[in-house]
Amino acid sequence: MGLESITFYIFSAILVGSAVLVVSLRNPVFCALALVLAFFTSAGLWILLEAEFLALTLILVYVGAVMVLFLFVVMMLDINLAVLREGFTRYLPFGLGVAIVLVAQLALIVGPENFGLEAMPKPEPHAADYSNTKEIGRVLYTVYLYPFELAAVILVVAIIAAISLTLRRRRKKQTMTPEDQVNVRSKDRVRLVKMASSNRSGSSASNKNE
Amino acid sequence: MIEAIESALDFLPAGLVTLIIIVGKILVLVLPLMGAVAYLTLAERKVIGYMQVRIGPNRVGPRGLLQPIADAVKLMFKETIFPAKANRFLFISGPILTLAPALAAWAVVPFDDGLVISNIDASLLYILAMTSLGVYGVIIAGWASNSKYAFLGALRSAAQIVSYEIAMGFALVGVLVAAGSLNLGEIVEAQRGSLGIINWYMIPLLPLFIVYFIAGVAETNRAPFDVAEGESEIVAGFHVEYSSMTFSIFFLAEYANMILIALLTALLFLGGWLSPLHGVLPASLLEGEGVLALLLGDGIHWLLAKTSFFLFLFLWFRATFPRYRYDQIMRLGWKIFIPITIVWLLVAAAMVVWKIGPWFN
Repeated sequence: MGLESITFYIFSAILVGSAVLVVSLRNPVFCALALVLAFFTSAGLWILLEAEFLALTLILVYVGAVMVLFLFVVMMLDINLAVLREGFTRYLPFGLGVAIVLVAQLALIVGPENFGLEAMPKPEPHAADYSNTKEIGRVLYTVYLYPFELAAVILVVAIIAAISLTLRRRRKKQTMTPEDQVNVRSKDRVRLVKMASSNRSGSSASNKNE
Repeated sequence: MIEAIESALDFLPAGLVTLIIIVGKILVLVLPLMGAVAYLTLAERKVIGYMQVRIGPNRVGPRGLLQPIADAVKLMFKETIFPAKANRFLFISGPILTLAPALAAWAVVPFDDGLVISNIDASLLYILAMTSLGVYGVIIAGWASNSKYAFLGALRSAAQIVSYEIAMGFALVGVLVAAGSLNLGEIVEAQRGSLGIINWYMIPLLPLFIVYFIAGVAETNRAPFDVAEGESEIVAGFHVEYSSMTFSIFFLAEYANMILIALLTALLFLGGWLSPLHGVLPASLLEGEGVLALLLGDGIHWLLAKTSFFLFLFLWFRATFPRYRYDQIMRLGWKIFIPITIVWLLVAAAMVVWKIGPWFN
C-alpha cells in the first residue's frame, strides 16, 4: 500500500467519522464544527485527485465563509438540550428508513457497473507543471460559458431576492450619515461670544475671607 | 545545499531523507519567524513609545533588548486557568486553530527566486484559504470561554473577517488578472521591468494595493479595526479568559499574521525581492558577483526591507488612529472597498486586454 492510498484511507475515515458526528452530536455548535472538519478533509481528498483549485475553493468558500456564518447563527441560538434529546429514539426507525432508501438509491447510481474500474479507468497522473486552475478556466469560459453565465444570473437573482425579503424599512431612521458627520464644522455647532469681563461683588467678598 | 544534505544522508531510506529535509526547511522558516514575532512586540512598544514621547521598555537588558525574552519566560511559567463550565477541548483548540493556519500559510511564501518551502501553482489561493481559517480559532475561543465578553468579541470578529475577506479576495483577483498567474514567484517576476519602481503593481493597481493593505489590517484584528478586542468596551474580547501559554499563542498568531500580510503586500504590489534601483542605476551595477551588486541588485534584503516598512505602518496605525465604530467598519468594508475593487478589477482587465504600457505590453 503506497503513501497515496494510506492518505486516502486516513482522510476517508476522518471524513466518514466527522459526517456521522454532524448528525449524531447533540450540541449544534459541535455539529457545525464537525461539518467544518468534513469539508476540510474532503478538500484533502480532492487535492489527492489533483484538483487543487476546487479543493482550495472549497476551503475558501465553504469553510472560510459559509460555515463561519453558520457558526455565527448557531452560537447565538438559545438551545435547550433536553428538548433536543427527547425525540431521538422516537424518530429513529423513520430516520433509519430514510437512510436505507438513500443508500439504496446511491448504490444504484454510483455502483460498480457505472463507476467501476472498467467504466472509469484510473486517470493518468499529470506532470508537475500541469495547472488544474488553467484547465478549469479554459473549459469554464469556452465550452461551458452559457451554463456558467446562467449560474451567475441565478445567483444574482437569489441575492436580490434575499435582500428584498429581509430589507425592512424602518419609519424612524436612526442611522447616521457619515458624510454629515465628516462635514461638520465647529462654527455650525458652537457660537463663541465675546464679552467684557466684570467684577462681581460677591466674589470679592469671599476672597477676603480666605 | 539541499543536494549536499541529501547525499550526506544517503544511508537512510529515501522517504526519511525527504521528511528530514522538509522538517529542516520548516524549522529554518519557523524559528526566525518566531524570533521576528518576539522582537516585533518590542519594536511595537518602542515605536509607539517614541510616538507618544515616552521611552518604552528599557529595563531588561541593554536598551530593553531582552524584554521579549523576559515576557516569554513569564508567560510560560504562569498558570493556565480554565473557566468554570467552559468546554475544555474547545478552549484548548481555540489558540491551536489560530496559530496553525497562521503558520501553515508560510509554506508557500517565496523569499527570493526559488527560495520557498513548497513552490505550488496555486499558492495565492492557498494563502487566501489558510488565512480565512484563522477566524475559527477566534470564534471557538470566544464561544468555549463561556463568557459574555469573549462571546461578543467572537461575534464581532466573525462578522468583520467575513466582510473584509471579500474585499481582500477581489484585490487579489486584480493582481492575478495583471500577472496571469496564481504562483507568488511568478507574480513577483511579472513586476520585473526596466523602469524599476514604476513597473511594480502598486502603480497600475494603486486602489487595490490600498484596499488590500487596509483589509489586511482588518483581517489581523489590529487597530484601528480591533473591535474583537476592544479593551474599552469588552475588556479583551475573545481572549479575555485566556492566560499564560494559551494567551501567548493568540499573541504569536496575531503577530505572525501581521508579518504575513506585510510580506504579501510587498510581494504582490511592491515587487517582492526586486531591487527598486532598476532603471536608476545602470544594469551592470546590479548584476554580477561583487558585494555592491549583491547589495544593490535583487535579493531577500529588499523583500525584508519592504516588509519592515509595512510592519511599521501597522504600528503607526495603532499609535495614530482611534478605534473604528462597528457600523463604520461594516460600511467601509461593504460600501466602499468592495465597489472600489470591482471597478478597479474592470480597469485592470481593460489594461491587460489593451496591453497598456509600461506594465502590460
